[in-house]
Amino acid sequence: MAGRKLLIENVHIPGIETFDVYRKNGGYASVEKALKKMTPDEVVEEVKKSGLRGRGGAGFPTGMKWSFLAKPEGVPRYLVCNADESEPGTFKDRYLMEKIPHLLIEGMITSSYALGANVSYIYIRGEFMYILHILEKAIAEARANGMLGKNILGSGYDLDLVVAPGGGAYICGEETALLESLEGKRGNPRMKPPFPAVKGLWGCPTVVNNVETIAAVVPIVNNGGEEYAKIGIERSTGTKLISASGNLVRPGVYEIEMGVSVEEFIYGDDYCRGIANGKRLKACIPGGSSVPILPAHLVTKTAAGENRLMTYESLADGGFASGSMLGSGGFIVFDEDQCIVRNTYTFARFYAHESCGQCSPCREGTGWMEKVLHRLENGHGTMEDITLLEEINKKIEGNTICPLGDAAAWPVAAAIRHFREEFEWHVTHPAEAQTRNYGLIQPRVEEIKAL
Amino acid sequence: MHNMKIESPSTQDSTPVVFSAEMMTEINAVIAMFPEGKSKSALIRILHIVQTNYGWTSVAAMNTVAEILNIQPIEVYEVASFYTMFHLNPVGNYVFEVCRTGPCMIVGSDDIIAYIEEKLNVKVGGTTADGMFTLKTAECLGACGYAPVLQCKYKFHEHLTKEKVDEIIEAYRAASLVN
Ligand SMILES: Cc1cc2nc3c(=O)[nH]c(=O)nc-3n(C[C@H](O)[C@H](O)[C@H](O)COP(=O)(O)O)c2cc1C
Ligand code: SF4
Ligand code: FES
Repeated sequence: MAGRKLLIENVHIPGIETFDVYRKNGGYASVEKALKKMTPDEVVEEVKKSGLRGRGGAGFPTGMKWSFLAKPEGVPRYLVCNADESEPGTFKDRYLMEKIPHLLIEGMITSSYALGANVSYIYIRGEFMYILHILEKAIAEARANGMLGKNILGSGYDLDLVVAPGGGAYICGEETALLESLEGKRGNPRMKPPFPAVKGLWGCPTVVNNVETIAAVVPIVNNGGEEYAKIGIERSTGTKLISASGNLVRPGVYEIEMGVSVEEFIYGDDYCRGIANGKRLKACIPGGSSVPILPAHLVTKTAAGENRLMTYESLADGGFASGSMLGSGGFIVFDEDQCIVRNTYTFARFYAHESCGQCSPCREGTGWMEKVLHRLENGHGTMEDITLLEEINKKIEGNTICPLGDAAAWPVAAAIRHFREEFEWHVTHPAEAQTRNYGLIQPRVEEIKAL
Repeated sequence: MHNMKIESPSTQDSTPVVFSAEMMTEINAVIAMFPEGKSKSALIRILHIVQTNYGWTSVAAMNTVAEILNIQPIEVYEVASFYTMFHLNPVGNYVFEVCRTGPCMIVGSDDIIAYIEEKLNVKVGGTTADGMFTLKTAECLGACGYAPVLQCKYKFHEHLTKEKVDEIIEAYRAASLVN
């Protein structure tokens, strides 16, 4: 039995992307309930009770984040929805916005009311331009039906929603870079503090939340925070959208109840139905490219031999030595034929490409890691290169303005920790390392110098 | 790092261009979305409008954008050069951005890129002799579950196979004959 669905239950209803069909299926009930029967603080209280944690990756409790929002007199406050979705392995927000856009709009209205925002923004990655149009259409429909604009449902509450695109930059998913980008600038993360809750968009108090987080506010308000908290285990409450990719029979977006076992998720009929082409599982990155990779024996079981569950706590069980993280729920599965070194190289290249360049440990370190991994992957590397990677890692970790540096370092460290012999094989078998891979086997200019 | 090269204005004609009335209507609507004095927030979306109309983002067009937003040209260049979607040099009519990051790579994006290179007789970064196609690679496009993936003119083409690539190329060729 597949678990309860609170977000994407209705995606298959024909026409659910239109206001009328969405409304007929119970849509906008949370707006009616909140605006007519609840004070903003009562909405915040329900979100606190729900135990909802941010779905963008960090898992910070949403109710607590909301209660940090500064409320100086006469200064506007903003809610900004993070629809940048650029973490490799993650594509759930796109699915939600494309299939059931009014759920996000509804969540934006209810959440903006709770925070006292009168204009809220949805920042969406530029590549999702077609979804920007879907959202703008949904906003226009909501406005035409009295859910946006002045004096919504006679409550005296006013709200406008604006969608703004990025232009292709992973770093703009980091909340302060996002705010810079929304102000029409380069996406360079800001120093914290001050946190956005105090000084955010245009220097005003701002809450930044992920698409899924904001959508989850809808069932929380409708059913009450306590009901929501009944689903799940420990501090992992409610449901979670998981983006499943890689060598799976049925990759795609799944809504799971927190606490489903990883085994069930990979092999179960309601979920991914196992590894594609009858192959065996080799490794899994359970929470997007920034979280540590797990070798097969640590995917479905923890180091202590317990069943690994799809929760924040269980996936992190064992720390970095033998665990990983739920992160954004970007669940990437590798079959036995995949080359971990090559995968690690593509991620290093990704982070080097996406570093904003503000701090030298990240700017230089990600570039070095890319180059060193390139030469290892293509059979030009040495054993010292493996040690060098570990050293670069330590120099980046914790020494940067934003977490992108750590996000780049951790996956490399984890890949070496669990698959060291595969890195060594690339050194001891240079000819095979070159032929078993595609393209790019020419050394870079700097590798030729080093050879 | 975002170190795309922008050709200096001396190699590109920098005289501001005149945008069409339709473009100006669209641009003014975007500016109107933001509060008084915050029109710079419209910049990225305006650059998308420019690129949709001209195919790329030239210095001349960026200078016009600077005039419209009443900001320095450098404020436009520094933004356009930071974001990877903006082409700062001329490109073909259709730009293929093929994702090559991990989740796409493990289901065969390298083969797809090699196939397109062979089929169009271009290398990554190059444009076909007839100016029809430019091949680029992209980092994760947010469609990993439908990999391999390429994007062209904001449209996603997913679950790519060689046959599918053939069809896509044929369809774009046919479309450009109609226009
Ligand atoms: C490099 C980097 C990229 C990020 N990308 C995203 C993203 O694409 N989407 C997202 O919601 N959060 C992303 N985050 C997390 C945000 O900074 C922020 O924590 C999140 O939007 C808060 O929303 P939540 O509390 O609802 O999760 C990213 C963080 C970092 C450091
Ligand atoms: S850690 Fe990297 S991405 Fe983050 S601010 Fe520094 S250079 Fe930019
Ligand atoms: S890795 Fe290609 S779309 Fe995400």
